[in-house]
This record gives sequence, structure tokens and C-alpha cells, in this order.
Amino acid sequence: MERWRKLHGRRLDYEERTRKREAREGHKESNKAQSLLGLRAKLYHKKRHHEKIQMKKQIKALEERSLKSSTPAEPSTTPLPQYLLDRSNPTNAKALSSAIKNKRNEKAAKFSVPLPRVRGIAEEEIFKVVKTGKKTAKKGWKRMITKPTFVGPDFTRRPVKYERFIRPMGLRYKKANVTHPELGVTVHLPIISVKKNPQNPMYTQLGVLTKGTIIEVNVSELGLVTSAGKVVWGRWAQISNNCEQDGCVNAILLV
Amino acid sequence: MATAVPPPSKRQRTDAANKAREQQDVEEIPADAGSLRLQFFDETTGLPIGQGPVIVPVADANPKNLELLLNTLQGHDSTEFIPYRFTLPVTDKKNAEPVITAFPTNIWNALIRPGLISTEEVQSISAAPQAVFRVQAVSRCASTIPGHGEAILAIQFSPKSSSRMVSGSGDNTARIWDCDTGTAVHTLRGHTSWVLAVSWSPDDERIATGSMDNTVRIWDPKTGKQIGSPMTGHRKWATSLAWEPYHVQKLGEPRLASASKDATVRIWSTNQQKIEMVLSGHKSCVSCVKWGGVGLIYTGSHDKTIKVWSARDGILLHSLNSHAHWINHLALSTDFVIRTAYHDHTGKVPDSEEAKVAKANERFLKAATIQGKVVERLVSASDDFTMYLWEPANGTKPIARMLGHQKQVNHVTFSPDSLSIASSSFDNHTKLWNARDGKFINTLRGHVAPVYQCAFSPDSRLLVTGSKDTTLKVWDMRTHKLSVDLPGHMDEVYAVDWSPDGQKVGSGGKDKAVRVWRH
Repeated sequence: MERWRKLHGRRLDYEERTRKREAREGHKESNKAQSLLGLRAKLYHKKRHHEKIQMKKQIKALEERSLKSSTPAEPSTTPLPQYLLDRSNPTNAKALSSAIKNKRNEKAAKFSVPLPRVRGIAEEEIFKVVKTGKKTAKKGWKRMITKPTFVGPDFTRRPVKYERFIRPMGLRYKKANVTHPELGVTVHLPIISVKKNPQNPMYTQLGVLTKGTIIEVNVSELGLVTSAGKVVWGRWAQISNNCEQDGCVNAILLV
Repeated sequence: MATAVPPPSKRQRTDAANKAREQQDVEEIPADAGSLRLQFFDETTGLPIGQGPVIVPVADANPKNLELLLNTLQGHDSTEFIPYRFTLPVTDKKNAEPVITAFPTNIWNALIRPGLISTEEVQSISAAPQAVFRVQAVSRCASTIPGHGEAILAIQFSPKSSSRMVSGSGDNTARIWDCDTGTAVHTLRGHTSWVLAVSWSPDDERIATGSMDNTVRIWDPKTGKQIGSPMTGHRKWATSLAWEPYHVQKLGEPRLASASKDATVRIWSTNQQKIEMVLSGHKSCVSCVKWGGVGLIYTGSHDKTIKVWSARDGILLHSLNSHAHWINHLALSTDFVIRTAYHDHTGKVPDSEEAKVAKANERFLKAATIQGKVVERLVSASDDFTMYLWEPANGTKPIARMLGHQKQVNHVTFSPDSLSIASSSFDNHTKLWNARDGKFINTLRGHVAPVYQCAFSPDSRLLVTGSKDTTLKVWDMRTHKLSVDLPGHMDEVYAVDWSPDGQKVGSGGKDKAVRVWRH
């Protein structure tokens, strides 16, 4: 066919016929879409569905391209002064800070926490009675904490004889993965202290980390500042996972 | 029964106690303390004043008496006495290097008794003339004016008075504010993108705004209407604007220079809104443009060069290539007089056009003349952590390289008396430099985040800095200490300006509210 075409050229009415065929295409497709039945209809419509998606995407891309040529694209969504425009600024932390401030203005938000109620944990679950050794076994007042704990950096153990609560080294945590709820930014931050364990005030003292515990985390590396221009370093967060099951501490920043 | 007067509050009591303690501490200088031999030097030129050293008794050597003495030495009439600031080099005990310190009120207690200086040697005192008027440090927020829908990116006061201020914002408008009442006067609508630069013409008749939408527009500050059509031509956004200085303008036909991201600078005739000249030669974004008073235009660019152009025909005169990274900002020693033209601290405006030009010219010459020569100095701040001091009329060699900042230097300003330079940097510090030889003077520490901008008070005795840490800080230029801390902004402070009459400070930033601060 190709050789014949090269030798003799196309039919004289070739252009006319292709034009008409293309013009008929739409009608033909629509007729098919209306009249096909059964499996053929199913296959046909699936194909058409995909085609339409591709077409819409293409149209959108074209529109965007033409938009760009008329007005310049702003380099970022937040307005920046001229001297910050071409710099790659780490904006996460600052966005974090302003979102926190906006939220704080609503007074009611102060006392709401992401996890308002927690599962009660019995003392038997948290404390394991230590019965090693001759004397200890007799008295039975030594307890091992079976949950993860936060132990401050300046903690020194008491003499073994007097030590009532043992917080195992393997279950101690120093850092938490803290998420900002609105921005979806997660940062690995050092824990400063345990502020409130809802189970029992004693657990707060012992630094037990369970789901729903309020902890204070060190946000100084984010570079937040107060309205008076001081660096903010401690901010509260609530633990959102079962740390003893997951092997990590995940928390949500309270904003 | 008469009402009893309430007992003094704790504050009053502590104040009284402090005062009593201070009064006790005043110590007499012994009569046999001897006398000091002082040699005065003029800080603007570095040349000695008078013939040889002057002998002053230690008991009488305080700044007030020295001022009197120096004025008499120079033969000033008592009506035209100039206040002076005196500094002297004192050897530091730690590293045995001379440190420039302010002349103390009680030199016996401060310097002679501790053995820092001796009465045997001639002391070289440098005297810096001060403005005859005095600006009080701003200390409170007079008004917080909401109105803008987005962050405020640029602020400038009117050269005429502190009652009008213009701010450009990310909500595509610029607004003119009445700072006396804290209300909006006009909203300048028209731009289709952020307003990045605002500039008030030196005669107070027009405002120019440059925007992200590649246009520059001219507005009438009295009516808030746009003058003519938008000036299109730039291919990318406008970064910086500079009006032609009033004393070199053709009367009634001011020109405007606008720098743009598209690596060109365009000179516009503002009456016809047409391009007069295009200064092309830079290879990258032009970050700053300044129009000097001696017929030169200075541009700094991200292509690491500063170029000096002739304002008459747009010919490239010099290319200053010492920096190793982007140029962020330029400042001229004559910036303040060029901005204010014929508006001075007395508030008197000449009646006729000729008198205005004459006054503007006279003020310019007064500010720029050093030892009988008109000298315009330029300082450039760069991303390579350094600054250079230039005298572009004298060739392409810098006078001094100013080292010391530990991060990018973002903003630099000359004091209105062009004796010192302040540079603010991303390393949280502001540094002060001597404008004559570029020597380091002091570091102003206090901000906890990058310092974005700084502005001198018109009498050069105070400096205000705005920072990312949401505060403004006012610094005393004599003691180099924090004078007032001004918290109040809810977010980063992007723009700060001190009004040319010294009464108010305006600031704006990410929290969308314009704040006006005053004494």
C-alpha cells in the first residue's frame, strides 16, 4: 500500500473523506455510547471514562500554561518582602508559630485536648510486684513499672534497699514525635517533663507515659518566638498512641 | 473628714530610693587631680581642630564644657552653637587594643582613677557634630491599624511630615494612613499582585509603587487616585524604586528608577508614564537601586556586581566587582537629604519652586561636602557576610571592607549625619561602623531572630531595628545600648521606617496590622 501510494499518490478525494470521517467521529461515538449493550457497553464505557479523564487533565494543564504567560506566578502563597523572595526559607516552624497564636486567641480552645477521655489502667497492670531476693520477697513492697516512662536527666537512683519504684532503662524515652494537628508537620523533639497523667497523680510524679498523658516538649529548635520577642522553648503535647505497644512516643501539639 | 492621700506606690517608693542612692554616689573630683591635655579631631574628616592640644582641668572635663570649648575654638557665634558627641580611644585591659568609648561625664572616676588613661599623655578626642534638634525615643504603640488583608511588605513615611505614611501589602493594595488619628486615608487599588516597594517622591506630590505584577504605578497622595496608566515594561517584578533627587530634577518632570528581577533598571518619565532609558548590563535580579545627588545611579544585583550609571544618558560608568555573592542592599551617605529634599526639621517650606530647589541643593551640599569636596559614599551589603564602603566618583577601589557578620547582611543604612553605618544581618545582630573609614564600632545584641531592617532617627542619636522575632528595638547611639524594647507585633516585622521629622516610627509585618510608635 505504501509503495503504491508513493508511486501514484493518494486518491483525489482523500482529504475530503478524512475530514468527513473526523466530523462524523463524535456522532458515531455518541451513537455507540447509547446503543451498545452488555459486556461491550461495559468495556466501551470504561475506555471512554479513561479518555475523558485524560482529556480533562490536558485541558487543565493547557489552561494553567496560558495563565502563567499572562501573569507571573507568585513564588509562594504567603506574601514575602522583596529581600526574602529568592531565598529558600524553612517556613514550617514559623507557620507553626502563627497558627498556634491564632488558635490561642480563642479562649475556649485552651482547655480542649485531642483525646478527652482515656481507658482506665489498673494499678496491677502498671506495677509488677518485685519478689527477687530474700527480704524483698517477704515484704513485697518493691514495684517495677511496666509502662514506658520519662526520667529527667538529673535523676539518680536511690540505694537499692530503699528503692520502691523501678523504672526500667529499656522503657525510658527522651524524645517524642510531635505532630502539629493543623499543619500535619511532625518533628522529633526532646521531652522536658510529664505534666499530667490522667490516670493518677502519682503517675505524673513517676513520669509514666500512657495514652492521653500531657507532656512538655522542647520546641526551641523550631525557632518560635512569643509576642514579646522571647524564644519559646516549652510547649505542651498530648500522647496519642499506646507507647508500650508501639515502642515510640507519638504526641499531638496542643494549640 | 478629709480623704487621706494614698500612700506612695511601690514604684514611686523604689524610684525615690534609687534617686536618693544615685545622689549619694556623686563623688567630688579632687582638686589636685591635675589637668588633661586634649587634642580634638573632627570625626567627619579625621583632621585635628585648632593649633595643638588644649589644657583642661580634670574637674572641668565633662562633655558639656568640652562642647562649649570646641565651639569657641572654632569661633562659632553663641547663637549657632553646635552640639557635639565626644569619643576617645581607651586601651582595653583584656586584649590591650584601643576601644572607642564615649567621653564620660565624670572622667576622673570612669577613666583616670582606674588607670585607663593618664593625665601625662595627650588624649585625642574625636568630635562628631550632632543635629541641633533632638528626637525622643519612641516608647509606645500609638495605634495599631488593621486594614490590610495580607502581610505588609514595605512602609515609608511622607518626607513632609509624620502624619502621612504609605504601606504596600500582599493584598495587592497600598494604603495611605493618617498617623495622627490612626485611620486609613486612601486605598490605592490597581495592582494585581503584591506591592513590594513603595516610595514617596521628595516633594511629597507623588507616590510610586512597584509590584509583583511587573508594573510600577504612580499615585497622588492627596486624592489617592492613580496618575496616568500603569508603567509596564518590566518582564519580572519590581524590587526597588528610586526617585530622581529634587535638586537635579527638571522642574515638574521628576523621573523614577525602578529595579526589577528581570535584571534591568528602567528610568521612567513619570508625567508620561513612558520609559526614558533602560539600564541593562546586570546578569541577574537587580536587588536595589539608588539615585545619587551628583548625577549617578547605583544598582546592586544578585550577579555580585554594583554598577554605577550616568543619570543623564544611562551610560555605564563603573562596575564594582568585589563582592563574592549577591548584593542585598545599598545605602548612600546622602540618602536622608535626597529623600527629604527641602523639608527640614523646622517644617518651613519655601514658597517658590526656585527657592525649593535652592534649599534642596543647599541641604544636599551641606550633607555631602567633606573638606570642600562633594563626596557621595556608598555602602553595599551582601550575602557573602561582608560589606564594602565605596566612593564611586573616585574609581572602583573600595575604601574599606567591613567584616564581622556571621550570616548574610540584609540591610544597611547611613545615619542622616553620615557619620556612622548600621547593618542588620540574619545573624540576629546589628553592627555599627564608622562611615569615614569603615572601622567597626560596636555590635547591638538583643534580637533573637534575624534582623530584617533598621532605620536611624533624623538626628542620628537613635536607631530602630525590626526583626523576625516580632519586636522592634530602639538603640541609643551614644551608649550603644538598648534604649526601648517595643513588643507588640504578633508576627515577623518586615518593614520599619522612622519619620523624617522624628516623631513617629511606623512598622508592618506578617500580622497584617500597621503599627505607629511614638514617644
